[in-house]
Amino acid sequence: MATVESVKTKDKKREKYIVTTMKRLFKNKLAIVGLVIVILQIILALFAPFMTAHDPSAQNLANRELPVFSEGHWLGTDNYGRDVWSRIVFGARISLVVGITAVSLGLIGGTILGLLAGYYRKLDAIIMRFVDLLFSFPGILLAMLIIAILGTSLVNVAIAISIWSIPTCARIVRGSVLSIKEKEYIMAMRSMGASDLRIMVRHILPNASAPIIVFATMRMATAILSTAALSYLGLGAQPPTPEWGAMISQGQDFMWSAPHLTVVPGIAIMLTVFAFNVLGDGLRDALDPNMDMQE
Amino acid sequence: MNTVETLPPKPEILLELHNVKKYFPIKSGVLKRVTGNVQAVESVSLKLYKGESLGVVGESGCGKSTLGRTILGLEDLTDGKIQFDQQEIQDLKRKEKKKFVKEMQMIFQDPYASLNPRQRVGHALDEVFRMHTDMSAQERKTAVMDLLTEVGLKAEHYDRYPHEFSGGQRQRIGIARAIALNPQFIICDEAVSALDVSVQAQVLKLLKTLQDKYNLSYLFISHDLGVVRYFCDRVLVMYLGNTVEMGNVSDIFKNPLHPYTQALLSAIPRPTVKAKKERVRLVGEMPNPANPPSGCPFHTRCPIAQDVCKVDKPEFIEHRENHFAACHFPG
Repeated sequence: MATVESVKTKDKKREKYIVTTMKRLFKNKLAIVGLVIVILQIILALFAPFMTAHDPSAQNLANRELPVFSEGHWLGTDNYGRDVWSRIVFGARISLVVGITAVSLGLIGGTILGLLAGYYRKLDAIIMRFVDLLFSFPGILLAMLIIAILGTSLVNVAIAISIWSIPTCARIVRGSVLSIKEKEYIMAMRSMGASDLRIMVRHILPNASAPIIVFATMRMATAILSTAALSYLGLGAQPPTPEWGAMISQGQDFMWSAPHLTVVPGIAIMLTVFAFNVLGDGLRDALDPNMDMQE
Repeated sequence: MNTVETLPPKPEILLELHNVKKYFPIKSGVLKRVTGNVQAVESVSLKLYKGESLGVVGESGCGKSTLGRTILGLEDLTDGKIQFDQQEIQDLKRKEKKKFVKEMQMIFQDPYASLNPRQRVGHALDEVFRMHTDMSAQERKTAVMDLLTEVGLKAEHYDRYPHEFSGGQRQRIGIARAIALNPQFIICDEAVSALDVSVQAQVLKLLKTLQDKYNLSYLFISHDLGVVRYFCDRVLVMYLGNTVEMGNVSDIFKNPLHPYTQALLSAIPRPTVKAKKERVRLVGEMPNPANPPSGCPFHTRCPIAQDVCKVDKPEFIEHRENHFAACHFPG
């Protein structure tokens, strides 16, 4: 009975969704560059103690403001004689940890709010007005406000950035939920008597994952940049923490005598933000729902 | 005396609708005030017997799909009564409804949209058992495999994603999902309309086989009169949310009483050279269901309409045996 139809399915198509996505991602050269930088940074952060010869906060006043490519300090030293390379590597750790914490917290909050708002019409108005309220503050101002309340520390920076990420994330998730919830397979699940929670978690969320993944990647860039900005303003990492933004802030007094103190962490921030952004762009193209599933 | 014994057993009524209405409110303005209603289903009454297929036909927007969804409880009922297995189900709470969910299922129109694209076929079917039974993982797996073979698929299809199947195969998966819990009643909402003609026949055959095997009742929503004629025992014709005619397939196709049914039937293409049957052409569009015409809803397009049709809405009554129509001038 099914002979005519069953022949059509080819084994070729039997590869996992992730594999197809990765293949598409690897066709995008810029995205590969981004991915490589991100992976390098993760390796640096994970193995920071093995990548450096000096303690990032060990002072050596005899070797102050050494320029780049000095012996033993290939990125030079700062005004206290601390090795810049060590500080950059340990700074990568801080940036990643703060970024990941902030983005995941924001993602959890935003996804829950977005799912509820998109799924339940009655909650929609309430939740989205709350989100609008958060939106009405300029991002960095909102973060500063939260830090002013909670006090200056990297943990509070992460919390501030996560709260700032919630409204955008909630909007994105809500939009996807609104379109997915009208699909026939959701109707089918409802006709099967599936609970709302099951429908939201098992059927809507997996199908809304693409924009969430892209958002998370892009938001990593923003989060790292914001951490640096807040630390630069003195609201985040406090000395002697080797945070990139804080390093720029401390280095700017020596702009003329030791420019590498601002340029090197600046390049580190720039590369990271660039990497996460192009990776996010690449993922967006690779995960494009118009390109997947149907052949 | 003997007559009582020789009579065929009276078919049992499975589903009964009394004046079922479904309005969709039109909201406008900042305050979202209700300014009108789209009368998707205006008034539908019907009886569905155990083991029969009742076709529901009508042009797009006549409320056939809404009717199906309303019966299943996917849309809230505006007014009327739905009896299933001699129990009124329209006011049941969600929890009480759960046991009827097992008895009523639906097969959807678009096999490309009715399966979760991120869920393996086996898992989709497994989920049905997981939600409604306490079977162990092993029992569920066996049950899913049995289901797959039952609908003409193979065990190796368990781990595949919906996009790896053809339209016909996907519709088989939809059917497997619908029969998984051994329901008594299945709504087929344009279940074969999206398929190729050759595949349509295979799927219809499968539905017939399943009907004979499990004594299923179908509410077969379709706009394809040919399919309905082949598949159904009785037909219900809808126009603008109203039932205009109902009867056995043979009666309806041979002697349609309502002018709308006559027009529908004359629109079926005939594969003969000779037969030049008069084509009844309808002019104009279907009226807006948010602003339906007075009197008979069909009078704006009816070729035989009189003054009385503009004022009086004809009742849906039995004109011949088991043949109902809502028309002042039937025949």
